[in-house]
Amino acid sequence: MKITPMKIALNRAGMRFGSRWIFRGLDLAVEHGATLAILGPNGRGKTTALHAILGFLPLTEGERTAPNRLGYVPQLLTIPAPHALREMVVMGRCARVGLFGQPSPEDYRAADAAIERVGIRHLAGEPFARLSGGERQMGLIARALATGSDVLVLDEPASALDLGNQGRLLYLLNDLRQAREMTILFTTHDPNHALAAADDALLMMKNEAALSGPVDTIMSEANLTRLYGVAMRQFAIPDQQGQAMPVIVPMHARHSGEKR
Amino acid sequence: MALADALVAAGSRQSRRVATTTLLVAFLVAASLVGLGVGQFPIAPSRVIAILGQAITDPAAPLAVDARILLLVRLPRLVLAILAGAGLAICGGALQCVFRNPLVAPQILGISPGAAFGGALAIFLGISGVGLLGLSFACGLGALVLVGWIARIDGRTETVTVLLGGLVVGSLFSALVSLIQFVADPNGSLPAIVYWLMGSFASATWEQAGLAAPGLVTGSSVLLALRFRLNILSLDENEARSLGAHPERERWLVFGLVAIVVASSVAVSGIIGWVGLIIPHISRLIVGPDQRVALPVTALIGASFLVVTDTIARTATTAEIPLGVLTAIVGAPIFALLLRRHFREREA
Repeated sequence: MKITPMKIALNRAGMRFGSRWIFRGLDLAVEHGATLAILGPNGRGKTTALHAILGFLPLTEGERTAPNRLGYVPQLLTIPAPHALREMVVMGRCARVGLFGQPSPEDYRAADAAIERVGIRHLAGEPFARLSGGERQMGLIARALATGSDVLVLDEPASALDLGNQGRLLYLLNDLRQAREMTILFTTHDPNHALAAADDALLMMKNEAALSGPVDTIMSEANLTRLYGVAMRQFAIPDQQGQAMPVIVPMHARHSGEKR
Repeated sequence: MALADALVAAGSRQSRRVATTTLLVAFLVAASLVGLGVGQFPIAPSRVIAILGQAITDPAAPLAVDARILLLVRLPRLVLAILAGAGLAICGGALQCVFRNPLVAPQILGISPGAAFGGALAIFLGISGVGLLGLSFACGLGALVLVGWIARIDGRTETVTVLLGGLVVGSLFSALVSLIQFVADPNGSLPAIVYWLMGSFASATWEQAGLAAPGLVTGSSVLLALRFRLNILSLDENEARSLGAHPERERWLVFGLVAIVVASSVAVSGIIGWVGLIIPHISRLIVGPDQRVALPVTALIGASFLVVTDTIARTATTAEIPLGVLTAIVGAPIFALLLRRHFREREA
């Protein structure tokens, strides 16, 4: 008998550091097997919201619903561990190994399976600190998968990656999403990442309640323009198979009126 | 192909580890036999082995002069050097993990100065034996509790406040040690305090070994058992927490174990610096950062280091050189080299 998978939720949640509220009255819910993208400008509390969901920080007010253990993929900014990738990933088994234990062959099998899942088996013996940014990101996801948690929480997984690595990351996240075995939450600065790999999006608006809903309805020009304070335009362009694919782009400065 | 290469690499790494460990154990045994043999009354290695063999097979037999020197003077000293060397080195390695800082040593938590104050106070008051151990142990733990109280702000302990708290408490206890030296009788307790603070196993007896061994062995073994968890505690705190560790709680467990080891060692041999700082570095250079391998290797190198330096301390000159002075003279240049190497690698 499998225990009914838990959903993840924040209910009227607020976080305060000193006298400053990072956010208040935040509602958020992700059903088991769904993927939620969290969007918002810098300083709107995306990372703090993730930390609250992860239980790193107690909520100042409101309620949190989450399983005991969540797979966490930190931002790439943290100092990389000097250990070999495989040894780094097996640390995901920490909770099962216990305080005085050592990882067993079974733990290594789980670590190897996770490394295989993210497609970097050829790097298993390499020192983690010597991997490229994209490879490290995959390694951190493998470690989160190795925990055995069915939840994956990623803090701006794409922001330090080049376009090719962003593509590989989104492909993996979308793959995990479509398998419907894991609940996934990630923060991002790019609305197109939410369109590519999420079912729902949460927009952390300024001075009003956060908006949430399915990506294709909530990610409208009007909402995103309001969210970022910069004009946004939505288009549908044909993808490789000729299917209509929505894209959202900001109307930044351009070289208009320049003479040749 | 790539996987096969990785497996071969892992295999050779495994066999290299086994070879390294065997070599280190062999070196420790050899250094111990030499250490037991040399001195003002030289005993040949074959005779050393014969005496040790007889002591095990026939402990009740009457002892010859050389056997008495070996079993009652040199052996307890050797046992203390091995246990203290391994213990202090393990403490350094463990602290460097939980602080995520390779320049941390047991002194940093204020435990050594605290224990030194306790010991100096005991000598000043004319207390020795269990009383001295108890007082230096109590003051070492007291220093740690004080650091904990300073560092705990709003129910959270950041590593940087622990370091600063350790600095403050360490300075305070160092000043108190100076105060005791200032008021101590220059013809009585002052020389005893000064010599004791320099660090030495010169007064080692089985009684002293019996006093210090329980703390040294217990603290070191539990820290060794924690070696996989130490890998995880060396990660970012939130990462460690998300993997199922309890960084705050487990850090204090490590601190407590370090306090037990350091206070036990200080009580019988004064302050022996540098072991906890440089030995974990050397170990990481040889076997890498994984504490599952590095911590046992650290223990072996630490034990060998103190056995060798203690042998030099008591044989190099007719008057004994204080061990703490010798470890500093050897340790400081090694540490300077490691420091330069560390920052050069960072730039590369």
